[in-house]
Amino acid sequence: MEFDVVTLSRLQFALTALYHFLFVPLTLGLSVLLAAMETVYVMTGRPIWRQMTKFWGTLFGINFVLGVATGIVMEFQFGMNWSYYSHYVGDIFGAPLAIEGLMAFFLEATFVGLFFFGWDKMSKVGHLFATYAVAIGSNFSALWILIANGWMQHPVGATFNPDTMRMEVTDFFEVLFNPVAQARFVHTVSAGYLTASVFVLGVSAWYLLKGRHIAIAKRSMTIAASFGLLASVSVVVLGDEGGYLASEHQKMKLAAIEGMWNTEPAPASFTLFGIPDMEERTTHYAVHIPWVMGLIGTRSLTTEIPGIEELEAHAETRIRNGILAYDALQDYRAAPSREAVPPEAVTAFDEHGHDLGYALLLTKYVEDPREATEAQIKAAAWDTVPHVPTLFWSFRLMVAIGFFNVALMGFFVVLSARRKLGVSRWPLKIAVASLALPWIAAELGWITAEFGRQPWAVEGVLPTVAAVSELTVPTLWLTIIGFTLIYSVLIVIEVRLMLEAIRKGPQPDHDPEMPLAPKPLVAAE
Amino acid sequence: MILHELIDYGTLRVIWWLLLGVLLIGFAVMDGFDLGVGMLLPFAGKTDMERRIVINTIGPVWEGNQVWLILGGGAIFAAWPPLYAVSFSGFYLAMFAILAALILRPVGFKYRSKREGARWRRNWDWALFVGGFVPALIFGVAVGNVLQGVPFRLGSDLRIFYDGSFFGLLNPFALLCGLLSVAMLAMHGANWLVLKSSGPVAARARSFARIAALATIGLYALGGLALWLFVDGYRITSVIDPSGPSNPLAKTVETSAGGWFANYATHPWMLLAPALGFVGALLVLWGLRSGREIGTLLFSKLSIFGIISSVGLSMFPFILPSTVQPGASLTVWDASSSHLTLFIMLFVTVIFLPLIAAYTAWAYKLLWGKVEEDDITGGGHAY
Repeated sequence: MEFDVVTLSRLQFALTALYHFLFVPLTLGLSVLLAAMETVYVMTGRPIWRQMTKFWGTLFGINFVLGVATGIVMEFQFGMNWSYYSHYVGDIFGAPLAIEGLMAFFLEATFVGLFFFGWDKMSKVGHLFATYAVAIGSNFSALWILIANGWMQHPVGATFNPDTMRMEVTDFFEVLFNPVAQARFVHTVSAGYLTASVFVLGVSAWYLLKGRHIAIAKRSMTIAASFGLLASVSVVVLGDEGGYLASEHQKMKLAAIEGMWNTEPAPASFTLFGIPDMEERTTHYAVHIPWVMGLIGTRSLTTEIPGIEELEAHAETRIRNGILAYDALQDYRAAPSREAVPPEAVTAFDEHGHDLGYALLLTKYVEDPREATEAQIKAAAWDTVPHVPTLFWSFRLMVAIGFFNVALMGFFVVLSARRKLGVSRWPLKIAVASLALPWIAAELGWITAEFGRQPWAVEGVLPTVAAVSELTVPTLWLTIIGFTLIYSVLIVIEVRLMLEAIRKGPQPDHDPEMPLAPKPLVAAE
Repeated sequence: MILHELIDYGTLRVIWWLLLGVLLIGFAVMDGFDLGVGMLLPFAGKTDMERRIVINTIGPVWEGNQVWLILGGGAIFAAWPPLYAVSFSGFYLAMFAILAALILRPVGFKYRSKREGARWRRNWDWALFVGGFVPALIFGVAVGNVLQGVPFRLGSDLRIFYDGSFFGLLNPFALLCGLLSVAMLAMHGANWLVLKSSGPVAARARSFARIAALATIGLYALGGLALWLFVDGYRITSVIDPSGPSNPLAKTVETSAGGWFANYATHPWMLLAPALGFVGALLVLWGLRSGREIGTLLFSKLSIFGIISSVGLSMFPFILPSTVQPGASLTVWDASSSHLTLFIMLFVTVIFLPLIAAYTAWAYKLLWGKVEEDDITGGGHAY
C-alpha cells in the first residue's frame, strides 16, 4: 500500500472514527438505562434505585467525556482533511450536523451538568427530567448524525449545480426520511442499548462473583437483561439490510458481503462460509443455504439480487456516461453566462449529469477524465468493488456476535425471572467474559458500512480520491501520530479509572429527604 | 418547496452573517469564561482545595458551553461551506493544536479529582491550563490572519489550494490579536471567578481581572492602530449581485490601505462596536472597584461583544480574503449555502436557539451562588 495523501487521510479518519465509536454506543444505551433506573426510584421512592443511578452515572460520566472530546475532532475533520468534500456537499451534509448541535447536543450537554451536580439542588421529578433530557438528547444526536451519514450512503434530495460546482439540496424531507438513514439509525441505537446492557450485566456479574453489592447487582442485571434482550433482538432483526437495495453501491456492498460474484436466480442463497478471492473473482469452498439471502435482502422470493460482476459492468457504463457529463460541464463553466451555454452541452448534462461522479473516479488515474484510456476506465470500474474478504468476514463476525448476544440476554432474562441470578457461577463468568463483544461488533459494523462504502465518499457523487484536502504527507503523518499518542494515553487512563470506579463500587448515599447538615440561613462569620 | 422564496437570497445571507456573529460571540461569551478560568487555574488556586473550587465554579456548565463551539463549527459548515472548507484545511496544524488542547479539557475536568496524588492532579491542572490558553491564543491568531488575508487559491472546479504554512500564521499582527484574545477571555474568566467564589480565590481573581482588563484595553487600541497602519483592507470592484450563485470566482477585488475602516466612514453607527469594546473593559475596572460582581461579568460580555463585532463590521462583506488570488476571496454574497439550505437552517435556528437560551438560563439559575468548600466535600459528584 502506498501512503499517499488519500490513504493517510482515510487512515486518520478511520482511526478517529473507530476511536470515537468506542464511547458513543455506551453513552447512547447507558443514558436510557439511567433514565429507567431513576424512573423506578421516583415511582417507588426506594433509595437503592437512586444509589444505583448515581453509581452507573459515575461510569457513564467517565465514558461520556471522551465521547465529547473525540466528537469535536470528528466535526472539525471534514473541513481539515476533506475540504473538497466539505465544499462539494456542505450544502446538504452540514445542515444535519448543525441541527444536531441545536436540537440534540445542547440539550444533552446542558442537562448532563445538572445530572451530576443537581441531585441536591432539584426536586426528584426535576432531576428525573434532567436525566431524560440527557437520554433524549444523546439519542437525537445519533439520529442527526446518521441522517448525515445516510446521505453519504444514499444521496437523495439533492442535485448538482454547475454554477457553484457543488451538490445543493432540492428536497430536505427526502434527506430526512432517507430509508438508508432510518434503517441505520434504528440499527445503531439498538446496538448502543445492547452495548450498555452487556456492560451493566457484565459488571454486575463480577460483583455477584465477588459477593459484593448483591442487592444493586441483581437489580441492575434484571434491568439490563430485559432491556438487552429487546435491544439484541432489534439489532439482529432490524439490521440495516433494509437499506441495502436502495441504491447501486448499497447493492454492491451487499454482493461483496455475500461474496456473490454473479447474479443468482431469485431467491438467492446465503453463503454461510467461504473464502472470497479477489484475484480469481470467486468464493472458494462456499457453503450455501438456499433462499435465505433473497429473503433477508429483498423480503421477497422473486426479486433478483445482482452480483458483483454485473454491478461492475454497470459501473463501467456509468463511467462512460460520466465522461460525457464532465465534458458538458466544461462547456458550461467556460460560457460567460448561463444563456451562453451551448444547447448540446445543456442536453448532454441533463441526460448524463447524474453520472458525473463516476467520471471523477478516473481522477485517480488522469487529471482530465476525458483523456482516460480504456484500461483506466476498466480499472476505475473495478475500483467500485470494495475489498470483498474484509466485508465478508466483518459482517459474519458481527452477525455471529449479534446472535450470541440474543442468547446471552435471553438466558439471563430466564434466570432473572426464576430468581436464580447468582445461583451458579458459570453464567456469571460468561457474562463477564462477554464484556468486550458489543464493542467488537460495533467496530465491525462501522467497517462493513463505511469501508464498504469505498471508493465513494458520497455514493455515486464524489469519490474519496477527489474529496481530500491538498495537504502534504509529512503534515498528515504528524497529525496521525499526534492523535494516536493522545488517544492511546487517554484510553489507558479511561480504562483504569473505569476499573477503579468499578472496584470501589456504589457509594453509600445519604437520604435525600433528610439532609445530614442543613445549611444555615445566615452564614456564620 | 417554494416557502423559502419568502425571504430573498441576499437578505438571508445577511441574516446568516449576523447569525455567524451571534454564534461566535455566543462561543466567546459562554465557553470563553471556561477557557479563561482554565488558563487562570494554576494561578488563582494555590492549594488543592482552592483549585477544586476554581474547577467546580464551571463544573456543571462547561459541557453545555462547549456546545457553542460545536454548533459554531456545524453552522459554518451548513451556512458557509466554502468558509468551513478553506479555513479548516488552510489552518490545518493550528486546528490540530486547538483540537489537541480541547481534547484535554473535558477529560481534565472529569478525571482530575477522581484520584488522590499531587502529581496526578498537578499534571491535569496544567493540562487544563493548556486547554484554556492554547485555544484562546490560536483563535485570536486565526482572526488576526483573516484580517490580513489568507494565502489560498481556488481552482476552476473550486478545489482549494493553500500556499501558506503553520509558522506563517505566527506573524506579529496575528500574535497581537492572539494576545488580545487571551487577555479578553482571561478578563472574562476572572470576572466569573469573582462572582462564583469567595476568599483568597476571589481576591486573586479580582487582581487578575484588573490586569486583564487593562491589557484588553491596551492591546485592542494597539491592534486597531496596527490595523490602520500595516494591514490592507479589501474592496469588491465588480458589480455585486447579493442574490447571485455562490461562486467566489465571479468577481474582482482589490486591496486598499486602511480599507478595513471604510465601513465606519459610510456607516458611522458602526463605531458603536469598537466603542463598546473599550467602554465594556473600562466598566469592568469600575465594577471591580465598586464590588458589583454580576455587573462586572455583564461588562466583560459587553466588551467581548464589541470587540468581535468590530472585526466583522470592519470586514463586511468579506469573510475570508485571499492574499494570493484576491478575486477568490470569500464574501457574504458568494460563499454561502443555497437559498433553500439557508432558509431551512434559519427556520430550525429560530425555533431552537430561544429554547436553548431558556433552558440554559434555567440551569444557571439553579446553580446560582458561590462555590464553597462544603459543596466539594459534601457531594460525591463534585470534580
